[in-house]
Amino acid sequence: MEELALHILDLLENALAAGARRIIVTITEDTERGLITIEVEDDGRGIEAEALAQVLDPFYTTRKTRKLGLGLPLFQATAAQCGGDLTLESRPGQGTRVVATLQLGHPDLPPLGDMGATIAAALSSEQEADIIYRHRRGQKEFQFSSSWLKLHLGEVPLNCGPVLDWVRRYINKGLAELHGGEDW
Amino acid sequence: MKSLEELQRIKEAQLEAIRLREADQKAKIVVGMGTCGIAAGAREVMSAILDELGKRRLTGVAVTQTGCIGLCAQEPLVDVILPGKPRVTYGKVDASKARQIVAQHIVNGIVISEWVVNRGEE
Repeated sequence: MEELALHILDLLENALAAGARRIIVTITEDTERGLITIEVEDDGRGIEAEALAQVLDPFYTTRKTRKLGLGLPLFQATAAQCGGDLTLESRPGQGTRVVATLQLGHPDLPPLGDMGATIAAALSSEQEADIIYRHRRGQKEFQFSSSWLKLHLGEVPLNCGPVLDWVRRYINKGLAELHGGEDW
Repeated sequence: MKSLEELQRIKEAQLEAIRLREADQKAKIVVGMGTCGIAAGAREVMSAILDELGKRRLTGVAVTQTGCIGLCAQEPLVDVILPGKPRVTYGKVDASKARQIVAQHIVNGIVISEWVVNRGEE
């Protein structure tokens, strides 16, 4: 994966596949400590204890179409490569929380990438799930929530081209302001 | 705030589109978003589709996604479903192909046969 945002999209897809109704993505850039923390928390069906030990194994999957899982182990490998770590907590029937911490200045750190496109892609799911995205950098914070968007849209569905395109641009503009125009 | 005014305009255009057509007559584009699809560039494909639909102000098209369907070697995969027509699956789609699929298939109704990997019912 060339971007952290693509790993995040993969986690969002896992959460949707687990039947989540509410997914919270929190990204914290701690410039003082030189760390970026990415947290994806869902209220999906969760992972049974015996499977939990296996999901970080690339040769484990619940899918029946092919024999590789890969999503989580790939993100874990990226985190480890960047002097960080990925942890997974899950309670069957209650949800799953994935936390990845990576070193901000690490030469192998992928760029954050297109978070707007990532959230728009997740919102295109026909499954009704609220997605909340919080991005903190120092004292500043950007926040987006799909329920806020739905409030504005009324009966208009989220998954039509112009709405999702607007979401992508809205989020990327908010993040650009958060970064004060700096390059990643 | 400029963005919100724009959202309001999109909403009005969309409501107008809903009034003009039957709900079940909507064209649909489905992008594969399994790990295989994401790694192959599915998100960029979706962005290109959204951008193209936005530029052409095509409000009557639903854009959605699906997980891995087992054709990983052909990812990114894009399904186009026009009302009353069988599902057409395009393989190895990139951003530029995606824009052409919107222009040719969605707008003009012409299937781009050379990129098709599967045709189905529905």
